[in-house]
Amino acid sequence: MKRQFPLVITFVVGMLVIVSQFIPHQPFGHLSDTLESWFLIISGFAILLGQLNLLKVNIIKIHRKVRNWQYYIVCVVSFVVMITIGILWGTQDQPGLLGQGSALVSFFGRKPFDYIFKHFFENLSATMFSLLAFFMASASYRAFRARNLESSLLLISAVLVMLGRTTIGTWLTGWIPEDLTYLHIPQIANFIMKYLQKTGQRAIMICAGLGIVGSSLRIILGIERSYLGGK
Amino acid sequence: MALTMERLGVWIGAALTFAIYSFLYKDNPVYKIAEQIFVGISAGYWFIYTIFNILKPNLYTPLTSDFGNNTLLVLPAILGIFMLCRLVPKINWVSRYAISVVVGTTAGLALIRTLQSDVITQMSETIMNPFSGPNAAVILGKWILIIGTTTGIIYFFFSKKHTGAFGATAKLGIVFLMISFGAAFGYTVMARISLLIGRLQYLLGEWLGIIQP
Repeated sequence: MKRQFPLVITFVVGMLVIVSQFIPHQPFGHLSDTLESWFLIISGFAILLGQLNLLKVNIIKIHRKVRNWQYYIVCVVSFVVMITIGILWGTQDQPGLLGQGSALVSFFGRKPFDYIFKHFFENLSATMFSLLAFFMASASYRAFRARNLESSLLLISAVLVMLGRTTIGTWLTGWIPEDLTYLHIPQIANFIMKYLQKTGQRAIMICAGLGIVGSSLRIILGIERSYLGGK
Repeated sequence: MALTMERLGVWIGAALTFAIYSFLYKDNPVYKIAEQIFVGISAGYWFIYTIFNILKPNLYTPLTSDFGNNTLLVLPAILGIFMLCRLVPKINWVSRYAISVVVGTTAGLALIRTLQSDVITQMSETIMNPFSGPNAAVILGKWILIIGTTTGIIYFFFSKKHTGAFGATAKLGIVFLMISFGAAFGYTVMARISLLIGRLQYLLGEWLGIIQP
């Protein structure tokens, strides 16, 4: 019952969604929309579950005093502070339990939630992702060693795209006459992005799409059950 | 006061930027603190975003304003609470009911929509007249799209051994795929570099005021 019934639900819901796409009449007409709105609500709860699980895992780590446990206190405090101010005074366009918090708005210049978002979250996320630029430099060194035809092609197309997106790329081939513009590096980079890059992406997209269709069928028919977890 | 707090916010932003970049030297306590702040604040942000932008307009407001016409919404609410039961080990199995609805809907939608957008649309976009075009570059591009996509798909077909003519075609597919990966890599590198430039602009502009932001 604990495993069989969820499989039946998956089958019924999955089939209803598929059937409703082909039959635009009642009772199937609005079924897909209804299920999608349900899906959105349950997914919302799933997101909350993820955040609460993060809190639970961190509290357990602090309680058990695992290695570097002190840092997890920072995470828990940041999480609780963000949630508390969000619930109490709301976000930019949403009032919280204590209303709009106009006194705090005049103090911070914006709502406390938005203040933290702008000065903490935005800076941290942008810096975290820009940090990847440095690690990509070392990754490029490993990936771009021209050992065979394939890695040489990877190197050439990457270098051309990178050069084509910078001023140096324009400068390098700027002397080439106007009637030979197709030899300009920015033009070559554009050609690569427009056609050559698209071929690979399209092939992957079609094949991955077929893979998704196969996996969806396996899930709906109950062949794939790993999402239920446990034994 | 708001101006002072805004200035303080910029200083906090600069301090956090340096804290994250300190990882380039080596892993250190300052980086670890900034990292945990990031994790905590991100989780908190998405928590509040989910409540105000998903659950409130789609569940709370319809149920409280017009319960009679939205009675059915009680069902996803119950399933959502079932989902949260995952946190309680003794009754975590009830979350399977909620998961099965989400997985079933996702599978059903993915099957139809992926087939439409990723398979059929992409295939029909590839079926084109390669002899027509305003200039030689477009005609060449069309040929590349047709040959590259077809050989790329053949490369991903593993039910037949890659030998003979089939193997040679698959090898040509690898050539196109490698060029595509190289271009995607170069493009991603440039995106990351632009983020780095953005951070430098923030430090030199908003924080130090050396350059105009």
